[in-house]
Amino acid sequence: MDIMPKWVDIIIVPLLSLFLAAFLSALLIIAIGESPIAALNLMIEGTLLRSAGWGYMLYYTTNFIFTGLAVSVAFHAALFNIGGEGQAMIGGLGVALVCLFIPWPHWTLAIVGASIGAAVFGMIWAGLPAYLQAKRGSHIVITTIMFNFIAAGVLNFFLVDVLKPKGSMDPASANFPVSTHLPTFQDIASLFGFEKAFRSAPANVSFFIALLACVAVWYLIWRSPLGYEIRALGKSGPAARYAGVRPVKIIMIAMMISGALCGMMAINTTQGESERLILNFTEGAGFIGIAVALMGRSHPLGVLLAALLFGFLYQGGAELALWTKIPRELIVVIQALVILFTGALSLMVRAPLESFFMSLRKAKE
Amino acid sequence: MIEFLTLLQVLDSSLRLATPLLLVCLAGLFSERAGIFDIGLEGKLLAAAFVSAAFAAITGSVWLGLLAGILASIMLSLLHGLASITLRGDQIISGVAINFLAAGLTVVVAQDLFGQGGRTPPLKSGGRFEPINFPGATSSKEMNEAGPLMQFYSELLSGHSLLVYVALLTVPISWFILYKTRYGLRLRAVGENPAAVDTAGISVRGLRYSAVIIGGVLCGIAGAYIATSLQANFTKDMSAGRGFIALAALIFAKWRPWYALSACLLFGFFFAVDTRFQNILLPAWFLSGFLILIALGLLSYVWKKDYLDKAVLGGLAVGISIIAFLVIFSVWDTGTSSQIKIPVVFIQSLPYVLTVVVLAGFVGKAIPPRAGGQPYVKER
Repeated sequence: MDIMPKWVDIIIVPLLSLFLAAFLSALLIIAIGESPIAALNLMIEGTLLRSAGWGYMLYYTTNFIFTGLAVSVAFHAALFNIGGEGQAMIGGLGVALVCLFIPWPHWTLAIVGASIGAAVFGMIWAGLPAYLQAKRGSHIVITTIMFNFIAAGVLNFFLVDVLKPKGSMDPASANFPVSTHLPTFQDIASLFGFEKAFRSAPANVSFFIALLACVAVWYLIWRSPLGYEIRALGKSGPAARYAGVRPVKIIMIAMMISGALCGMMAINTTQGESERLILNFTEGAGFIGIAVALMGRSHPLGVLLAALLFGFLYQGGAELALWTKIPRELIVVIQALVILFTGALSLMVRAPLESFFMSLRKAKE
Repeated sequence: MIEFLTLLQVLDSSLRLATPLLLVCLAGLFSERAGIFDIGLEGKLLAAAFVSAAFAAITGSVWLGLLAGILASIMLSLLHGLASITLRGDQIISGVAINFLAAGLTVVVAQDLFGQGGRTPPLKSGGRFEPINFPGATSSKEMNEAGPLMQFYSELLSGHSLLVYVALLTVPISWFILYKTRYGLRLRAVGENPAAVDTAGISVRGLRYSAVIIGGVLCGIAGAYIATSLQANFTKDMSAGRGFIALAALIFAKWRPWYALSACLLFGFFFAVDTRFQNILLPAWFLSGFLILIALGLLSYVWKKDYLDKAVLGGLAVGISIIAFLVIFSVWDTGTSSQIKIPVVFIQSLPYVLTVVVLAGFVGKAIPPRAGGQPYVKER
């Protein structure tokens, strides 16, 4: 029995959680001695009122869509993929190998190759923990955490000992050839005669791939037999098994899709932005995916909206750090509060709403 | 050949690096034995490190710093308890949130208080835990002339801060509490079968809250140790994943106190080796022989298993053999006695790799407390 109407569950609960997080952050800003209203104005000005601000925001958003979708797919199978960070790092390695060692004639082909490379590498990195969960019963949360650290080690090894060009001190790969460089929003806008739009912002065509990924995940989860099996296993393991779903297969597939999506984040950061493989290019996006998936209720549309919100927060946070004494880490606090209210303390948000709708129903009867 | 004194110095720094791991590991032990998964150990460690350094810097007293650090860590424990015990929320998500909360808040508050880019100012002598020198221990200048027994006494046993000895003491105390007291029996029972504990008329909530608070105290001491003893101020993200390594050690130790001590000392040893020796050389043929043995072991294991086992473990075996052949290939010209440099990151990743191997159950299966991670709902 649903106590609350569906729209309350989908719209009011996340908004209320967001409001609570925003309220506590505002208190923190006041405690620092700044004005929350002025801070919000500054964030909006630096993000939504300038095309370059949009360019940065959508760049972050692209990362968060990929990782948010990845965490969502795993959530649907009742798996918690906390290893997005590591899968993205290994995905970046895949992008670098594809871009450096295959002579691509044009970026349109290179992006397909890089996407496949990123997805396959991310898939392998998620596949091992998935196998250990499915066949050996080791807890996926712990193994994916361990794989994050191992991935950092692997990336470090490749950058310091293998891919670093001779004579360079920087732990980074060589620059990718020009033919693999992706058009940025600035390049696209110039095609239509707006040379000044999105100036020097990192957003690039991989944003559209992220949008495609949203549609693909929606189709997979809600319109395909495989998605049905994933959701069935997530809702009830014994019931799904009784209906003929093979848990081992579904755990493997769900996690590998999740890993592939995380890995594909690297086409945005590595091929699109830095145009070479660098250390720490993931910048915690794998973890932000958790907040995005929780906030977006594991639905692609929700993930898209939550990713836009977090993109706004990240770009806005950079503006705040530039112009006020509020450090960038304020965004990490907001992110923690969002995870707390939408995930761990969700009963605290829902219980008053549920009793409110309960009393409404009783009044009607 | 490595000198005896060098070995002692490495063991000495292993002990110092193992101390925070040990305290955090035991914190996780209490919490997880009571059925509460704690991913937020890292966050509690970081928060305690900051608060203790900040208080020690402002008041000039390390004891007030320690107390404040413990209180901060307990606050986060209570938040975790509220989410996962009272509100029956997801324990993993709550832990993730606590990690972010600590990572963000410490820097925001540090920047506001001290304005040094998220650091605290360096602590003066009263604000730090100083090394305790045992009676009769030689000073480091005369260490070279001293006899081996004296070196052992002065270098390894003496000269640590108080908290190192406290950490070592918590091991027998935890063992005693968990295995020799009524409270410990109940605590272990609540992590295996909370319904049975509830039926016996004992409060599941009370036990679980007490466990997470004990965890908070231990994380608090660990945080104070890294900020006021291992280093002399707080720096951004200074916990550096220790909370997760402690979690790995906890699994490696299979949720038992004495094993936790050995696991943490082993992991501490890896870090000490890693900081002390920049280049670790191994005979190349020996290394690749060892890798090929592992690969053959995996292949023989999957011989009669199903398709998925063959694909994953077989793939792993192929990968390992490729690395083995690359090793041989790289030293082909220089003959059989050549040595190969082990990358530093490999030693750093070793704790995590070992934990995954243990989790996979190929070598000594690790089985967590049965009711771990599930909120307890009392029947009505």
